[in-house]
Amino acid sequence: MLDDFLMRALLAGLAVAIATGPLGCFVVWRRMAYFGDATAHAAILGVALALGFQISIFIGTMVVALIMAMVVATLAGRGWAMDTTLGVLAHSALAFGLVAVSFLPNVRVDLTAYLFGDILAVSRVDLAVIALGSALVLGLILWRWQGLLMATLSEDLAQSAGIHPGRERMVLTLALAVVVAVALKIVGALLIAALLIIPAAAARNLARSPEMMAGFAMSIGAISVYGGLQLSLAQDTPSGPSIVVVAALIFLVTTLGAALVQNRSGR
Amino acid sequence: MSLISAQGVAVSYTGRRALFDIDFSIDRGEIVTIVGPNGSGKTSLLRVLLGVVAPETGRITRAKGLRIGYVPQRLHLDPGLPMPVSRFLSLPSRQSPQAMAEVLDRVGVPDVAGQNMATLSGGQFQRVLLARALLTRPDILMLDEPTAGLDQPGVAAFYRLIDEVRHEMNCAVLSVSHDLHVVMSASDRVICINGHICCEGAPQIVRDAPEYRALFGLGTGGALALYQHSHDHVHDDNCDHDHTKDHAHHAG
Repeated sequence: MLDDFLMRALLAGLAVAIATGPLGCFVVWRRMAYFGDATAHAAILGVALALGFQISIFIGTMVVALIMAMVVATLAGRGWAMDTTLGVLAHSALAFGLVAVSFLPNVRVDLTAYLFGDILAVSRVDLAVIALGSALVLGLILWRWQGLLMATLSEDLAQSAGIHPGRERMVLTLALAVVVAVALKIVGALLIAALLIIPAAAARNLARSPEMMAGFAMSIGAISVYGGLQLSLAQDTPSGPSIVVVAALIFLVTTLGAALVQNRSGR
Repeated sequence: MSLISAQGVAVSYTGRRALFDIDFSIDRGEIVTIVGPNGSGKTSLLRVLLGVVAPETGRITRAKGLRIGYVPQRLHLDPGLPMPVSRFLSLPSRQSPQAMAEVLDRVGVPDVAGQNMATLSGGQFQRVLLARALLTRPDILMLDEPTAGLDQPGVAAFYRLIDEVRHEMNCAVLSVSHDLHVVMSASDRVICINGHICCEGAPQIVRDAPEYRALFGLGTGGALALYQHSHDHVHDDNCDHDHTKDHAHHAG
């Protein structure tokens, strides 16, 4: 079954959707959308370093994404203007990464695979790493769920209950770095943030509790992966963007549906 | 042994001194109210006692295993986060439906369990915040301007409720307020601060203290209830009026 490249692609995509669903909810709740972008863009620099030093791409992207996330979190804590800081760091990291790749001797890299993902090229080893990474992220979030939720609601309230908001922030930062590393192959650095935010935003329209929202976000992510792969196959479209297109369409439908329901009950 | 105490605590935010020379302690079952004008460091004092901010100097001692029921002044709910009342009450630890129903009944909002937090009125929201704090079986309730945004009868009812539950639960109450004419009667001790502790003692003693009058601009002693104390008093930031904390009104 795993010999089929389509099956491997589908499984890898589903594994990532299971992690991005709940993590994406926290990204939405804590308004970390641009933060996710910056971390993902830094992954390209990680790719360049990994190729240059001949280490695993997963390790390279994860380490650079983690460093980026921690730098951003530290600067934010010191009262820097977030949008400017993130704008500078995110695009600088992307630009440095792209320039660094061009310096690599004897390496002809297909950059589009890293920018937009190449889900159809997922190997058995890739699949194992993606599944492991996603399971790690999901486990981390489930384990810390109450604390994460409380720290998201109010850092003061969390502190009064003996929960350290800084520690919970660190959990999310770590989870984000792992997700970036495993999702790079699926949707690419430019669209990882979309995979985090769009299913969660679509789920918001349907959910009445945080847990429901995380569950819906997982399901919508999974449907997007399946639909995107089918679209890619039928119309020969690029697979990563196709997944995001399906997610965006689901977002449109749930948003219009929610508006319709609200209008009716308002009358 | 006191529940929380502070010795010689100072707090600064980005170089600006918010609090200094703070000696404070609160015992089990005590009601202490901190009063002071806007920007006087009331909330900072609460936050340093909670452990949200670290003191720049001095030390904070909390009793081992102390359970704090914190009721914040405001709680901003991100519209992206759906939060039913029943889910909110289960933070930080899961609660049974019966326990939730009981506590909601106790604080006077029995029918809101299924509602979203965002749809509650100001008064209901404040009571739900209190209900969540009570579910943690606190040794001390810490309330930061809990009645901001409530009308006069609402404020009186809320403080009556606090007084009742603290007897039932035998917990201390530390609240921060500027509407002291309601708070004062129930408090064992009032601490008047403006960066430092200006004066402290029983409510009547503080009310008559010259430091308190200077701070709140009250000219007529005893006419407290008629007075909407103003916050435009003149009290220099560098606190050049030279008084010691150990004046005659210090609570024994």
